[in-house]
Amino acid sequence: MEKKILGYVDGRLKESERLEVEKHLAACAGCRLRANEFRAVSGLLDELPMIEPSEAFDLRVHARVAAEPLKQSWWAWFTSSPRVAVAAAMLLLASVWVGTHSTNNQPQIAQEDIPVLENLDVLSSFDVLSELPPPVQADDGGQQQNPQM
Amino acid sequence: MARSDVQLMLDVKAGDEQSFTLLLYRYRSPLVNFLYRMVRNREQAEDLAQEVFLRVYRAREDYVPSAKFTTWLFRIATNLALNSVRDTRYQRMEISLDAPVMLDAEDGEEKTLDVAEKHPNIEQHLVEETQKKMIRHAIEKLPEKQRAAVLLHKYQELDYGEIAKILQCSESALKSLLFRAYETLRVELAPLVAQHGK
Ligand SMILES: [Zn+2]
Repeated sequence: MEKKILGYVDGRLKESERLEVEKHLAACAGCRLRANEFRAVSGLLDELPMIEPSEAFDLRVHARVAAEPLKQSWWAWFTSSPRVAVAAAMLLLASVWVGTHSTNNQPQIAQEDIPVLENLDVLSSFDVLSELPPPVQADDGGQQQNPQM
Repeated sequence: MARSDVQLMLDVKAGDEQSFTLLLYRYRSPLVNFLYRMVRNREQAEDLAQEVFLRVYRAREDYVPSAKFTTWLFRIATNLALNSVRDTRYQRMEISLDAPVMLDAEDGEEKTLDVAEKHPNIEQHLVEETQKKMIRHAIEKLPEKQRAAVLLHKYQELDYGEIAKILQCSESALKSLLFRAYETLRVELAPLVAQHGK
């Protein structure tokens, strides 16, 4: 009941709840007193004067909005976000590193291809592949593969 | 017919800066007043209100009218205010217990004597000023979440559902907050309440 008294005072209760509270108030002096005092508090809160925003307020808002980077320009977005810039720089570095590494070690990579080629015998059981001549056997790597076949 | 808040916001999203200015005119006073009662410092309140508008502007491209505009607006404002109040209190505790609390000497307070000299009914005027001061102090003493609930409920005329969303609590928890706040206020303001209730 207590929690409904403020709702009753400010007129925000549903009709059924309002009637319920009114019925209670008629019988309960304590809640009646509280309702009157809440109404008085609410009236006192009305007496506080409003303040006016200062004259510079709007100008400051507009200035802060104008200082916002333009979202439409991807370059502005890029430069305004250090995280994106750092991430992009790291990506660039990584691709350069991979690039130089792979050219230096060309033969090694060719050897590392062999395990992948082994999988071809699995693939050759598919209908489409089985009609083709086996591509691996004629290869240089064929010798290394033979013991495993 | 005046465009609704949601329509204005959608126009801002579409690139119409004029609609943003209209939203600014519509809500600067309610926001500044709400924030002023929350942080008790005018300059800080204006700064936070500017921050609210800036965040609204920044969010324009992602804006989807899923909730009422005022719910969204005051949720931003309330979060900023609660953070600010907590930061300020923490700073004060850090500095010194004796340090003077830098709150605004509020409107009227410093003018009182000046006006009272010319006022035809000095006594009446002083009584009114004292009353206002008591009311202000009673609100200021409420815990910040209760204070926010009272301000949103009393001055922004938002319904319970909206205020609950703003404060991120259930409607039932909001009603408890408001009840406790009004209980405190009726005790703090007992002398005025007795007069007012007559
Ligand atoms: Zn009762």
